[in-house]
Amino acid sequence: MTEAPKYFDEMFWPDGTARVPYAEYSDWFGTEDVRRLKRKSAQAEALFRLTGITFNVYGAEEAGERLIPFDLVPRIITAQEWTILSRGIDQRVRAINSFLHDIYHRQEIVRAGRLPAEMIAQNAAFLPQMIGVAPPGNIYTHIVGTDLVRTGENEFFVLEDNARTPSGVSYMLENRETMLHMFPELFSKVKVRGVSQYPRSLRRALSASVPPKCEGPPTVAVLTPGIYNSAYYEHAFLADQMGVELVEGHDLRVVDGRVAMRTTQGYKAIDVLYRRVDDEFLDPMTFSPDSMLGVPGIMDVYRAGAITIANAPGTGIADDKAIYSYMPDIVEFYTGEQAILKNVPTHRCSEPDALAYVLDNLADLVVKEVHGSGGYGMLVGPAASKKELAAFRAKLMAAPENYIAQPTLALSTVPILTNAGLAPRHVDLRPFALASPGGVEIIPGGLTRVALKKGSLVVNSSQGGGTKDTWVLED
Amino acid sequence: MHLKISHTTVYDYSEPVPYALQQLRLRPKSRAQQNVLSWKVEIEGGKLQASFEDEHANSVDLISFDPGVRQIRVVSVGEVEVRDTGGVVGRHTGFVPLWLFQRHTPLTRPGKGVRDLVAALDHTLAGLDALHALSRSIAEAVPYSTEQTSAELSAEDAIAAGHGVCQDHAHIFISAARLMGTPARYVSGYLMMNDRIAQTASHAWAEAHVEGLGWVGFDVSNGISPDARYVRVATGLDYLGAAPISGMRFGKGAENMLVKLHVEQQ
Amino acid sequence: MLGKTAGGVFWMLRYMERTENTARMIDAALRISLTRSSAAESEWTSLLTTTGMLGAYYDRHSAVDGHKVINFLLRDPTNAGSVMSGVELARTNARMVRTALTREVWEAVNECWMVLKDMLARPVREQDLPEILQTIRQRSAFVRGSLHGTMVRNDIYDFARMGTFFERADNVARVLDVKYYILLPSIMHVGSASDNVQWETILRATSSTRAYQTLHEGEFDSRKIARFLILDKRLPRSLAFCYGKIADNLGYLAEDYGERLECHTMVDQICNRFNTTSIDQIFEYGLHEFITEFLIDSQRLGQQIEQDYRFIE
Repeated sequence: MTEAPKYFDEMFWPDGTARVPYAEYSDWFGTEDVRRLKRKSAQAEALFRLTGITFNVYGAEEAGERLIPFDLVPRIITAQEWTILSRGIDQRVRAINSFLHDIYHRQEIVRAGRLPAEMIAQNAAFLPQMIGVAPPGNIYTHIVGTDLVRTGENEFFVLEDNARTPSGVSYMLENRETMLHMFPELFSKVKVRGVSQYPRSLRRALSASVPPKCEGPPTVAVLTPGIYNSAYYEHAFLADQMGVELVEGHDLRVVDGRVAMRTTQGYKAIDVLYRRVDDEFLDPMTFSPDSMLGVPGIMDVYRAGAITIANAPGTGIADDKAIYSYMPDIVEFYTGEQAILKNVPTHRCSEPDALAYVLDNLADLVVKEVHGSGGYGMLVGPAASKKELAAFRAKLMAAPENYIAQPTLALSTVPILTNAGLAPRHVDLRPFALASPGGVEIIPGGLTRVALKKGSLVVNSSQGGGTKDTWVLED
Repeated sequence: MHLKISHTTVYDYSEPVPYALQQLRLRPKSRAQQNVLSWKVEIEGGKLQASFEDEHANSVDLISFDPGVRQIRVVSVGEVEVRDTGGVVGRHTGFVPLWLFQRHTPLTRPGKGVRDLVAALDHTLAGLDALHALSRSIAEAVPYSTEQTSAELSAEDAIAAGHGVCQDHAHIFISAARLMGTPARYVSGYLMMNDRIAQTASHAWAEAHVEGLGWVGFDVSNGISPDARYVRVATGLDYLGAAPISGMRFGKGAENMLVKLHVEQQ
Repeated sequence: MLGKTAGGVFWMLRYMERTENTARMIDAALRISLTRSSAAESEWTSLLTTTGMLGAYYDRHSAVDGHKVINFLLRDPTNAGSVMSGVELARTNARMVRTALTREVWEAVNECWMVLKDMLARPVREQDLPEILQTIRQRSAFVRGSLHGTMVRNDIYDFARMGTFFERADNVARVLDVKYYILLPSIMHVGSASDNVQWETILRATSSTRAYQTLHEGEFDSRKIARFLILDKRLPRSLAFCYGKIADNLGYLAEDYGERLECHTMVDQICNRFNTTSIDQIFEYGLHEFITEFLIDSQRLGQQIEQDYRFIE
């Protein structure tokens, strides 16, 4: 008796033949020598190192800078699939911006009883200093990275909406450059939509949200915490690709009512600041007083309407774990439409029916603390012992409002190249969306993260995850 | 009552200051109980960079120091017509949800001192009566004293110190009111003391939100609710959110501050 | 461009030039220590003095020893002035100003760092030294070459070039400052073998031996050597040449920005001195005094540029 495969493989049917989107790639791969490809892979790594696409690792003195492993088998998405995904993301990004505006103004969604006030009141990402602030163009989150997972042919779920400062877009771009460089012949066989317009689109989107006090063509800059930040490469890369200055907090001062950068010819006002510094560190006069990374007074200039901060401070309230379970309601409340993309079904243990269900099915569920992070206080039912289940059951019943539960998802797989040839590994996907007063633009592609360890469902780069180029096929 | 106010703050530095910013919450606004007839803020040694309304609808001015100054002088002068409303400010307005005023801040976080104070209150009282009782018991437990305590004491620290100034009284009141489930906030402003024109310092008190009445002021230090001698300037969750002047300074050297305040009836 | 970026580019090239100069000086000292073992210790000591590392060296070691000096100057991580530390600093600056550089320049710096990190990972053995010293010079030249070949001629380029020439002039002046006494007439024993070797060290440490011989038909003369290193504008390491370049680049900046600043007046004064002073006048004034004053003026100019172009606030 053959067992049906537990996971959906995006490249192969269970019988080992290639699915339609991968047909051409599979033919090409069949004619390739695995050793040659492994050599190419080593070349790609050397190139990444030379280019400096590394991330900094703290603590380990020897480690210093590391590469995120790159797998050269692309992840392929069809035009039809992309149409649905991008419509879904567009809808979500619009809803999130409306939600953020509402939360920092009249909180109609709370008044309407669609979202409990505690969800905001007990949320550290909610910034009272943003109450009543109208960001230029009414855009709160300009850059959104939506984490998606797939479980079947037409089954996509949103795992997380990253509305603060999503990272990883430089990998999307560099992975494509590397693939074009290594396998130009592939791109003449398979028609893949381009992603290289991203920096131009980003600059356009940022420039479109100018503050009222901007005169003439807008001056854009990228704010980085500095060269020791783990994502510094990306900050420098984006500034370079957009052709704008990369600044640190100590380059900036409040001059003539504007936030201005110190140039060789004096201070020059910045109109739009794409900041990659967290809210908490942005302005020591308004938030964490001991921050050395931020710009004293920037929040005052912002509230006076003389600079655009992208993404706006306080956007984290929209991608919080506690808010996540309300996203279908949020989408419906602000767009009047059903959410196109599904949430992972989430049981709020604060609700009696949900709690009863969770207690009955504890062994099959993942239970998370509402305000927890980093996997602490989490139960993975299928992996837990009877004793652990019993102990968690007690904790859950003592304070059900602190927990949510989700089914364990069967993440799809895409093959990676190993010494023995192709082998399936679990993946997720983070496409990038840009919001401006003119609308939402979604770059056809994204960052595919892959768990390189066999059987692992953890795709994070800090825990053995790698990346793949993501191909969206032309229609 | 028609009050004329002149409020001067002078900062002296032992070394030239290369760069510094200050947030000023020095502009009173016309409200139900007060009408601002004229008001201006002048700065010597610095310049205005930005003006905005914060989340509590306070008028905030951001100023920068002129590079290398050793003295900065902030002068606000104006006239305000005040009505006695028995401390009632009225309905809550603006976008800040009332629950925000039930959030504790580091300066108002209750500990044993505040808890004991609340526990000792007469629990048959409710609403305004309970809050007046609270005000009285704070004044008894922590008598008013101008003896200098350190600048930013928390409510708990002030109770432990055993005496306090208006700022400490306001913090204790706010902490206790929030513990009792009542939204409360800090108010900074001016008070015309009857016997003098030159006041020693600007004043502070608390406001609590009472069902049916809206915001009501409580001046623990003087044992009353604000009357026509009180000018409201700014509100916040605690002193830090409503402080007349707060800032940050680059460079070294010591700072010395001098306040001159005149409040007189016209 | 950002003031910080101007400073970063300037220092990146200064550090690259410094590592190269250290390699050249080690090469010259090695040569003497091999050919005249009696002079070895004083030669290594003088090298440590020239690089300003004598005190730091004695903090770590009790006696001057060729092997220890070489490793101290090439790879000691506790020595902020070592070649490896210099390359690290150059790369840190390059990362900071990444957006001001072409991909080629960045990669040349990064590869220099990768190659040397590997090469200097273990203590240096004598037999590997020539290859290592050559690699250091070569990698520095790659950075200069990629800068020359790929960078737009704008303010960024001007600051980069100034970094190179500032460090180079500083280095030549320091060599002269430490060795000036062997060029003085009072202790000069004409034609003695000792002087020839010493004079040659000065030329070798500044990589000017061949150029000197070509232009002076092999005739060794202390006054001519001093003139060559200080005043001869044909030599790309002479003080006059380096300052000519610094003046040019400051001039481009003045033109570009439409503003002449205090640093322009200062550089004109320094250049003017090179143009109007003969080597005889320098010797009459005192070679040591001349070099000392130059080093002070040079440091002042550096500070003025930093201030005029807002490297820091």
